[in-house]
Amino acid sequence: MAYFLGLVLALAAFWLGMSGHNTPLILSLGGISVLATSILAYRLDIIDREGSPYVRLVGFLLYFPWLAKEIVKANLTVIRACVKADLDIAPALVKVKTICKSDLAKVTFANSITLTPGTVTVEIEGDKLLVHGLYEQDSQPEAFVEMDLRSARAIDGKGAAA
Amino acid sequence: MAELLANIHGLWEVVRFPLGAFMCLAGSLLCLVGTVGVLRFPDIYTRLHAASITDTSGAALVLIGMMLLSPGWLVISKLFAICVFLFLTSPTASHALANAAHTAGIQPVIGRVGSSDAEGEDA
Repeated sequence: MAYFLGLVLALAAFWLGMSGHNTPLILSLGGISVLATSILAYRLDIIDREGSPYVRLVGFLLYFPWLAKEIVKANLTVIRACVKADLDIAPALVKVKTICKSDLAKVTFANSITLTPGTVTVEIEGDKLLVHGLYEQDSQPEAFVEMDLRSARAIDGKGAAA
Repeated sequence: MAELLANIHGLWEVVRFPLGAFMCLAGSLLCLVGTVGVLRFPDIYTRLHAASITDTSGAALVLIGMMLLSPGWLVISKLFAICVFLFLTSPTASHALANAAHTAGIQPVIGRVGSSDAEGEDA
């Protein structure tokens, strides 16, 4: 039920942000479309933890500023590598083990790695991620421990990261 | 107090257009840097790293700049939605590319790459 309510609220907010019209006719049409979408999603049976992850929104909002800081830091490194007069990179493939339990947390972790310039998740097998890094010294498995811990805490909740 | 708020608001109205224009310009420059990186790096995996500059900081700066330039909240909410979807989908696309290259058996260039031997190298 909480997932269903979360989906309805998110759809309504999205519709209001997109439309901006406040006449009763348009509003009721918007309400009907939100309702129809919710019923279709219910019939497709996709309203679960993954289809409506708004319950974990607070954890994710706390996680994002840290991720943004990491993205800015990594951006500076890669920009320097791009514009340096002589090309000086040391690419490496690393295997990273994750403590994330659910698929959603694993996706968050892998997407965070890919979103950070200089590292790309190439493959996920079980709890092991194959990561390609632009600099060998920056992409050792230890470098991802904090990101792993934080994404596990943001999505799986406090208990999972213990 | 109200006067102070009005002053701050007036100052903000003056400042936000140059600031927004500057951020759009900076974002475009970063996109250019990312393109230069795509052309310079030796193989597909390293080129993806360069392209992710364009994905993250370039796009984010341009979008924030446009938010500052925008006339009302409606446009800001649309730009915000674009930002959210971009940040969710671009790493997925990068991962799909890297995974496809890996599945196709393309071996990445490993180890230090200098400018001298990178020119003729082909992954």
